[in-house]
Amino acid sequence: MADITETRVTATPVARPRKRIRWDHVADHAILIAGALLMLVPVYMVFATSSWDAITVHREGMQFGFSDQLGTNYDAALFEYGGFTDSVNGVTMLANSLILGLGFAIGKIVVGMMAAYAIVYFRLKFATLAFWMIFTTLLLPLEVRILPSYEIITSITVFGLYENGMGNSYAGLIIPLIASATATFFFRQFFLSVPEELIEAARIDGAGPVKFFIDILVPLSRTMIAAMFIIMFVFGWNQYLWPTLITTDESLFTLVRGIRQIVQSYADGSETPDYGQAAALAIIAMTPPVLIVVFFQSWFVKGLTESDK
Amino acid sequence: MAQVTLNAVRKVYPNGAEALEPSTFTIPDGELCVLVGPSGCGKSTMLRMVAGLEDITEGEVSIGDRVVNDIDPADRNIAMVFQNYALYPHMTVARNMGYGLKNRGMDRGQIAAKVREAAEMLNLTEFLDRRPSQLSGGQRQRVAMGRAIVREPDLFLFDEPLSNLDAKLRNQMRIEIRALQRRLGTTAMYVTHDQVEAMTMADRIIVLSNGHIEQIGTPNEIYEHPASTFVASFMGAPPMNLLDAEAGQGRVTLPGGEVVPQAGVNGHTGAIKVGIRPEDVAPSAQGDLSFNVDIIEELGAQRLLHGKMAGQDFSVAVPKDQEAATGEMRLALKANAVHLFDADQGRRLG
Ligand SMILES: Nc1ncnc2c1ncn2[C@@H]1O[C@H](COP(=O)(O)OP(=O)(O)O)[C@@H](O)[C@H]1O
Ligand SMILES: [Mg+2]
Repeated sequence: MADITETRVTATPVARPRKRIRWDHVADHAILIAGALLMLVPVYMVFATSSWDAITVHREGMQFGFSDQLGTNYDAALFEYGGFTDSVNGVTMLANSLILGLGFAIGKIVVGMMAAYAIVYFRLKFATLAFWMIFTTLLLPLEVRILPSYEIITSITVFGLYENGMGNSYAGLIIPLIASATATFFFRQFFLSVPEELIEAARIDGAGPVKFFIDILVPLSRTMIAAMFIIMFVFGWNQYLWPTLITTDESLFTLVRGIRQIVQSYADGSETPDYGQAAALAIIAMTPPVLIVVFFQSWFVKGLTESDK
Repeated sequence: MAQVTLNAVRKVYPNGAEALEPSTFTIPDGELCVLVGPSGCGKSTMLRMVAGLEDITEGEVSIGDRVVNDIDPADRNIAMVFQNYALYPHMTVARNMGYGLKNRGMDRGQIAAKVREAAEMLNLTEFLDRRPSQLSGGQRQRVAMGRAIVREPDLFLFDEPLSNLDAKLRNQMRIEIRALQRRLGTTAMYVTHDQVEAMTMADRIIVLSNGHIEQIGTPNEIYEHPASTFVASFMGAPPMNLLDAEAGQGRVTLPGGEVVPQAGVNGHTGAIKVGIRPEDVAPSAQGDLSFNVDIIEELGAQRLLHGKMAGQDFSVAVPKDQEAATGEMRLALKANAVHLFDADQGRRLG
């Protein structure tokens, strides 16, 4: 024993490696830094530009430095009513975007989980056929079927609600986007990986289908739900084409549309577009998705480190 | 507390495979009955039909005096312990144990009291707030036991509950489960493929092979009077030696011409199987049988001599203090050492 310890002690100084610059590491870092800059510099430029007045930006383009219009631009972007009808400001659009993002993400998760639950856990006739039919909708995103979808949504009435179809309503904005298979597919794969014995133990413990879903399956899926929520919220938030088509009422405009609306006035030739304000709105539009990702990321990590399986 | 009766219970899976031939038996109230057999013989199928997790193709299962064929698992008043524990990963130990009671609508205080009582019985008190992922395999299995106990069921069902544990823990848990079951006096069905587990734990053993019951009996009966060559070779370690022999003229002769003593053949003639347990023979200079030792296997408490008798594989177990060497030796039989089986069916004769 003593011998071994002694050799170890003497061996230590010899074993210490000399610090050398690893050129492959330098190259790795250079690539990573370049990539990061490519992503971040445009965001910084938008932020810097949002502190300038419209005339300067119009004359000299995007800015690197800061000016004194920061407060004015953000104030205008958020609180100044605009549009043809003067019925919409930044806050309204922010709220609309939130409703769209949340409604879409939550709706999609709820529908997806319940559909997957039915497919995986119940002995249905044609369950496989149903699954593959749902699955093929992955090949048909809203953009492909946008005209028929528009046709249906603007003409549909539900139990006397929406007398003039679902156009210009939150329901019309959100529901057609929910109809696709992504969430169903991911939850199905996840449910299939839940061990059979867990269901059997729950059955013996007297948990019926609803209790099993709420008490066991939903808590088990929480990391999955968080992941889906991030992806779906950002996807819903960034929707442009469908909201443009289905909402003509300005009080239902989302932020992404609002930005366009500001720049649009240039195309109309009516006045100098308010570039500073548009940049401010762009920054405002970026913030909630970033916050969602940051917030849910800590959930992700928690879910992973507290791994239960 | 309840007895369990299976009446001509049969199982055919939807794919047409008959997993269990019609089987009939009764487990008296308070007994621990072990279902043992090689993997795929239908043990789990039988247990799961009693639990209600699998449809019964034909026949009747009764728990107590109630036919349970059409009763939901939750209402059969049973509790089941699974091989991979099947604990709810997102619930604490306490909530895992109390979940079934909560679903029955018991009030919180009462649940907490029952959980605490069970936890004390199983030495789990300090782990009540932990998640299953923060426990060792043995502790998890205890939690699964606790979940079964708090329900105060009529019947415990165990499906290979110790197979995921290491050998030492397995021995310890075996004793714990046995002691607990005795103490609670609850009827239990216990599935295992391990004959040692079956022998040590059971009040009664049911040996299954290929979907049919080979023998039902106490561990002693099964060991002393195996009903078939299958039971003879499956139960007992090292397994019983089975030799091909000829019966005729009122005696049994091995291929080399040696006569097997103690073998009364009851008029049976022709090919026959002779079964002799390795521990039922001893080396002796005046022995009746000759044996050629090839290999000696040291097991600590005893040593096994593997070799040939009348040209067929044969093993002998001798105590560790008895010297042994390879080569020719003679063996003497202890009392009642010879079992005779019919050569075609493997059924016990006499
Ligand atoms: N769901 C099933 N569908 C079809 N065959 C099955 C099913 N479950 C088990 N079997 C078959 O039934 C036989 C008995 O299985 P099982 O009771 O699980 O055996 P054991 O528990 O004794 O290892 C096996 O041959 C197995 O392949
Ligand atoms: Mg099994």
